[in-house]
Amino acid sequence: MNLTSTLASTNVGETVVFWICGALAVIGGLGMLFSRKAVHSALFLAMTMVNLAILYISLQAQFLGMVQVIVYTGAVMMLFLFVLMIVGVDASDSLVETIKGQRWASILIALGFAILLIGAIGNGLAGTQAGSLDTANNAFGGNVQGIAHLIFTRYVLAFEVTSALLITAALGAVVLAHRERHTPKPTQKEMSIERFKLDTHPGNLPAAGSYARHNAVDTPALLPDGAAAEISVPGPLRSRGSLRPVNEVEEAEVIEVYGDGIRAGEIVETDPDSGQETQR
Amino acid sequence: MNPQSYIVLSAILFSIGAFGVLIRRNAIVVFMCIELMLNASNLAFVTFAKMHGNLDGQVIAFFVMVVAAAEVVVGLAIIMTIFRTRRAGSVDEPNLLKY
Repeated sequence: MNLTSTLASTNVGETVVFWICGALAVIGGLGMLFSRKAVHSALFLAMTMVNLAILYISLQAQFLGMVQVIVYTGAVMMLFLFVLMIVGVDASDSLVETIKGQRWASILIALGFAILLIGAIGNGLAGTQAGSLDTANNAFGGNVQGIAHLIFTRYVLAFEVTSALLITAALGAVVLAHRERHTPKPTQKEMSIERFKLDTHPGNLPAAGSYARHNAVDTPALLPDGAAAEISVPGPLRSRGSLRPVNEVEEAEVIEVYGDGIRAGEIVETDPDSGQETQR
Repeated sequence: MNPQSYIVLSAILFSIGAFGVLIRRNAIVVFMCIELMLNASNLAFVTFAKMHGNLDGQVIAFFVMVVAAAEVVVGLAIIMTIFRTRRAGSVDEPNLLKY
């Protein structure tokens, strides 16, 4: 017998696993519900799914536990994250109600639904025995063999239909994601001409951290006059506002040039053209 | 461990998912809530399999997982298409048929 089966057969171990993983699963579900950012929701949902996998294993469903980790947390959640990265990470929910009073109505409905489910099904099961899968699991040598026996005998038709469903889904995804090209693909020459027609910077953008004291990607490059070039920082970082302040970098530079006695911000520069004084 | 506790946990998770579908606006988060509901139903299936001492419930849960995987592929492709044509990530924005 392996470790999971011994753990499942002892009642105390199963109780401890249930209370830890069940609580974590509920926390993950609530976290998914209340996170403003979709990426956080996805990670909370992954946490819930891993905990459910542990619960499956403690319920003597070793195969399903592994499939849960591989298919759900491995494939489905990563697909979610992939689409989130394409659709836009910084998209967060608006709190404006389109239907008036929807929030309170949904809270009421969800609470009523939970009470109904727990009251009806939960109370209906009060006093039932836990049961054991030992005989069913050991009939063909293990959990995987038992499930395989069922899939290929009693549920073989459903299994075949499932393959048709998977092919249809794959085809549907290909058709939906396919984009028909209505205009001919622009050549490199045409793209170059287009770029110079626009009234923007035609060359390469400045690399992050050029001439700055730090070449991290969130540090803006310094222009010849010492100002920060915001364009050198990637768009998502800019929209999230996680730029490294350039002042720290400047301060070190100023101290190096002017000596330790002067702090940045106390230096007054005089503009040679207008005579205006600017403070850095 | 009494199957009742597992079923109550499953009911709680299902209700959280249903509440999320009702209250969230972001299409992808709504989709994640649907996944949570499917997972909660799977937990109920696995619990019932253990309660009755046969593996049928686990096979059904396995089929639910397969259908959920296919559903995610098609659903996310639809969300991507809507986003590409209308730049809308919210379930409230595609309202072209309304006017």
